[in-house]
Amino acid sequence: MAANEREVVIKVRGLVNVMGGKLIHDHIDLDVYRGEVLGIVGGSGAGKSVLLRTIVGLNRQREGHIEVFGEDPTPHRERPENSVQMRWGVLFQEGALFSSQTVAENIQVPLREYTSMSQELMNEVTSVKLSMVGLPEDAAAKYPSELSGGMKKRAGLARALAADPELVFLDEPTAGLDPISANQFDVLVRDLQKSLNLTVFMVTHDLDTLRATTDRIAVLVNKKIKVGTIDELRKDPDPWIQEYFSGVRGRAALAS
Amino acid sequence: MTIIDSAAADDTRARFRIEKRARLVRLLAGGEWTVRDAPRVDLELRKLDLGDAAEAAIDGMAITKLDAAGAWLLVRTKREMEEAGKRVSQFTLPEIYAPLIHTIEQEHTAPPVQIAERHTFQAFLERTGRGTIGTLRQGYGMLGYLGRFTIELGEAIYAPRGNLRGAALIHQIEEIGINALPIVGLLAFLIGIVMAYQGADQLKRFGAEIFTINLLGVGILRELGGLVTAIIIAGRSGSAFTAQIGTMKVNEEIDALQTIGLNTFDVLVLPRVLGLAIALPFLTFYADVMAMIGGAVMCYFDLGITTPAFMRQLHEAISMNTFLVGIIKAPVFAIIIGLVGCFEGLQVERNAASVGKLTTRSVVESVFLVIVLDAGFSILFSILGI
Repeated sequence: MAANEREVVIKVRGLVNVMGGKLIHDHIDLDVYRGEVLGIVGGSGAGKSVLLRTIVGLNRQREGHIEVFGEDPTPHRERPENSVQMRWGVLFQEGALFSSQTVAENIQVPLREYTSMSQELMNEVTSVKLSMVGLPEDAAAKYPSELSGGMKKRAGLARALAADPELVFLDEPTAGLDPISANQFDVLVRDLQKSLNLTVFMVTHDLDTLRATTDRIAVLVNKKIKVGTIDELRKDPDPWIQEYFSGVRGRAALAS
Repeated sequence: MTIIDSAAADDTRARFRIEKRARLVRLLAGGEWTVRDAPRVDLELRKLDLGDAAEAAIDGMAITKLDAAGAWLLVRTKREMEEAGKRVSQFTLPEIYAPLIHTIEQEHTAPPVQIAERHTFQAFLERTGRGTIGTLRQGYGMLGYLGRFTIELGEAIYAPRGNLRGAALIHQIEEIGINALPIVGLLAFLIGIVMAYQGADQLKRFGAEIFTINLLGVGILRELGGLVTAIIIAGRSGSAFTAQIGTMKVNEEIDALQTIGLNTFDVLVLPRVLGLAIALPFLTFYADVMAMIGGAVMCYFDLGITTPAFMRQLHEAISMNTFLVGIIKAPVFAIIIGLVGCFEGLQVERNAASVGKLTTRSVVESVFLVIVLDAGFSILFSILGI
């Protein structure tokens, strides 16, 4: 495959995860290339979010090796400005905005932490990010509890993008959104990905999102992972994958 | 021609240079215009003097890396040039960054975000006003809640329609009463010891150490036993009520109960408040006994008063009234603690932070009300001459 020559941003080798005595990942290998959107799918409890959490260092793996930008993704205590945390952004399922801070302050947390920007420039950048994710300007002064679910996700995305990361992790970005908002979010992710040349690692269940945004898809099935484009995966004989892409919902989403 | 050079040494860093000619000012940008160098470039750009040329140009063809922060700085500079009345004849960047510049130019028209200043005098006044209104509303709401509780309780007793849930009530009594025995007992025992010790220390000077027992008997039975138990239970069960009901509220469980057709008052509030009203008098009695035991132990070791002598003196010091005055307050404290706990639980909004905030408030309010009520009882009893 030509992709072999591309730069690998996330490299997972022989990953084993055990949760509550149950084997979740059985020696998984995965490469994510610079500038691609990779979708992660799998049944409930297949370990999609666990995989994401393991890659960003929130969950310690039982076995295996993970590299992000060629480095171990645990924070550098002595040189925080060089740590990979500055080069990635994570959007959690419910946004995970800090509830005691306004949206603007939330977005400025990474900027304050990792750069020496003046307050003036931070305010300008915050305003730019808000408009990039399609939030109205009056959202800046609001607290997370005053936002709707869709707005929380947008604000969470703005925070994830605040320090201009190269890599973005999205955990079910469209779950719980109405189809129109979900669609807008897909377009937004795709647009931002193009204009910022982001690498996107996205856990999702939404077939429309998969079709609209992803370049490749990684399916977690039977504790293993299978990676390919939608068309490649549809030819896969695995019954779960067949059911997933060829069930009623799958066909409807892919036909449109 | 003037040239301002910015960080020319390091090749990858963001740099720019200004070329001023008679009618044209050109900004030549190069290097990596990213968030890493944005703070420095921002300061340099702000200090920039573009002169009075009518025409301006931005040439970013030498830029090797651009992100949103860098792109914003370029777009901002362009806008500043335009605002200064210049005609921007050129704004060129490598082709791959066209979508990014497009996104920022198209989407972003709003002024910079304002972070509100919070420590002004005005904010202080506003907080005071909000606090006052909030407290009054709170009081009003609580009064309404007491009324509703009275009506629901009356209905449950006089026109029962299965709204008194026996199993839930027993469960609450166990949780509030029996499970609290160790902590209440230990604390009451220790308070008995402390009181006896301090009393004995003072009364010894007058050779009246035997009156330590009177002090203990009256002090514990009338006041401290009930008060301390109520405060422990406010911290233990009142907070638990708020946290439990609040979590159910966050989880939409309360809404689910209502749509199933259950009365939340019957299911959640009555068993808790009644359970507390039944358990607290017993707990108070138990605390009285434990405090007396603590006092007796201390009297034996400190003053050498044996248990029979202690009992004889206690018998003379207190009457049935002393005990009743203490115990009669317990159900009233219980209802207040229970109502505040449930009321605050139902005030919880649908976010997790709200549960913690209201749990704290619930404990503070119920302890406050218990002490205020206790003072009220003291005044009442002194008027009645009990």
